[in-house]
Amino acid sequence: MASARKQLSGWGRYPVQECITWRPEKASGLYLATPMISRGQGRSYGDAALNENGNVVLTERVNRFLQFDHETGKLRAEAGVTLAEIIDVCLPKGWFLPVTPGTKFVSLGGCIAADVHGKNHHRDGAFSSAVESFSLIIADGSVLNCSRSENSDVFRATIGGMGLTGVIRDVSFNLRPVESAHVMAQHQQAADLEQAFALLADDATVNDYTVAWIDCLARGRHLGRSVVMHGRHAASDELPAGKSPFDIGARKSRSLPMDFPSFALNSVSVSLFNAVYYRREGRKQKPFVTDIDRYFYPLDSIHHWNRLYGKRGFVQYQCVLPTDTAFEGIEHILEQLSASRRASFLAVLKRLGPESGGLLSFPMAGYTLALDLPVRGKDLFALLDRLDEIVIKAGGRVYLAKDARLGRDSFEAMYPRVSEWRAVKQRIDPDNHFDSSMARRLGLINA
Amino acid sequence: MSSEPKKILILGATSAMARGTAAAFATRGDSLYLAGRDVAELDRLASDLSVRYSVTVHHGEVDIADCDSHAAFVSRVTSELGGIDGVVLAAGYMADQADAAADFALVEKMVAVNYLGAMSVLDQCANLLATAGAGFIVGISSVAGDRGRQSNYYYGSAKAGLTAYLSGLRNRLSGQGVQVLTVKPGFVDTAMTYGLEGMFLVASPEDVGRQIVRAVEKRRNTVYLPWFWRYIMLIIRHIPEFLFKRLKL
Repeated sequence: MASARKQLSGWGRYPVQECITWRPEKASGLYLATPMISRGQGRSYGDAALNENGNVVLTERVNRFLQFDHETGKLRAEAGVTLAEIIDVCLPKGWFLPVTPGTKFVSLGGCIAADVHGKNHHRDGAFSSAVESFSLIIADGSVLNCSRSENSDVFRATIGGMGLTGVIRDVSFNLRPVESAHVMAQHQQAADLEQAFALLADDATVNDYTVAWIDCLARGRHLGRSVVMHGRHAASDELPAGKSPFDIGARKSRSLPMDFPSFALNSVSVSLFNAVYYRREGRKQKPFVTDIDRYFYPLDSIHHWNRLYGKRGFVQYQCVLPTDTAFEGIEHILEQLSASRRASFLAVLKRLGPESGGLLSFPMAGYTLALDLPVRGKDLFALLDRLDEIVIKAGGRVYLAKDARLGRDSFEAMYPRVSEWRAVKQRIDPDNHFDSSMARRLGLINA
Repeated sequence: MSSEPKKILILGATSAMARGTAAAFATRGDSLYLAGRDVAELDRLASDLSVRYSVTVHHGEVDIADCDSHAAFVSRVTSELGGIDGVVLAAGYMADQADAAADFALVEKMVAVNYLGAMSVLDQCANLLATAGAGFIVGISSVAGDRGRQSNYYYGSAKAGLTAYLSGLRNRLSGQGVQVLTVKPGFVDTAMTYGLEGMFLVASPEDVGRQIVRAVEKRRNTVYLPWFWRYIMLIIRHIPEFLFKRLKL
């Protein structure tokens, strides 16, 4: 197998590092005898799937479906399979993903390594909650079967473990039955943060899927104004006559052909957009039918949307704060942000349910806020450090799958179970065969 | 879309190009028999194709270089598939030119797989299809067989042999309703080319697979994939030898 040196980055396009890439065609080629990290679709934002001057094994071609039971919805597949492929194959048979992040262009392995969550986390937990088992290629090249009953410590260390315990080879998990490829959606306007929290916490209105888009440039009494978006899978008899339940047609996709100039997104253009969006989307207060692609993956129709943030890229800052401290903490974060007049084009607020048991998993019961911030101006990283302090004080954490800049001490403070994780890592990979730029930055591995 | 599902044998089924071709046939609803040496991988591929396309996929072991085993192998495939309507020969082996120059065993292996073994297994299939009076044989050769170049001439000469064999086979079978298609891929994005310098206009294996199926449906004789390689090779073939011998190719 031949390798290629490439300048690689995550989805945020910051940082960019030179890595030695390998692209096996089959599962037997996933393991290298020298230190490595695996990389699926490269949709983590920072340096999780980078290994500066080291090996990066691309899993994109190791994407075989191994078994699909139409009756039970149980699927076994190689970890390089993407969620988009699963939807293509399984949705026409009445099965959808149990949990999905905001893009379907991610690999199964990545979903486990980052223990991704979706708009239904408050009800159904993170991606790992639907995972029955997976096989893991560990440091010596042998294969370990991992589940809640077999090698359970490795299972828990691999969920959210950012690829550092081994290479996930095959995954067995359960899909969710749906009657259609359509979604019944409904929006509510929240005039400020307090109202947004109230709407997200209200179990009477909260649906299978609930998330709030938040205008993070709004200040003063409008601070935290939001559109709360609910959704649930539509039953086949709810669809307008003549609509076939699983046929949503091919969606037109476009591609951003080039980098936007870095000034394109500024506080003026974004607050203008936000004002319009708040009114337009906030008006949809009666239930309406939309489809799975439009509802879950609005940005997937624009390939390379990350070019929107210019050549220098962007960072996504996503944190979760426990229920008790969340309101005060997020209010504080939004104040800092709007005072800095930094425009986050996308800002999302969501309630999360209990932890999954993954030792480095991100979600915890509370509220999560996600912000996209272009890499621009030298005070950006100082601002994010200040946000870290707020998050730590509140007992929360930031999401490693989005992270490109967190410091070691902050990381230790945010992830109290890292010592348990290190014990597993030490046992199955004492020589750090699996290593990444993120692991070195955060001190996840012993140097 | 063809009228009824065909039964297709794919030799060397674990390569990326073979996978792309198998997927394109499976999309039409054809039944497949995947053959190769890596049985564990054949098993995975067979599951993948049957889950994705809801078609019947068999698989079994064959070593293209082991000519003595081919008669029994083809009769086993025939009974498992219930007949053979088409054959795709995708098995191939390329060693680095410099390595081969230093170790003649690599040259022998290239000839054994790309040329001798290919003739042996295709002869068996050809007899079967000729008796039935219908069907097709696709042989994946290479642009490297069109003219010997110093950077790749052991592999290239084995493929040149294959190309000539396929052309003779086509001549023999044309009166008996059997199509023989010679495929000459240029740069395809596979393990063979990943990371190599000087690659340009690389085609995806899925795309090449679809074009192979299209060429079968159109009953073509020889196709270059992607199509513009026909013109690149036209030029390369017509460079006068006194000039060609001095080029660094």
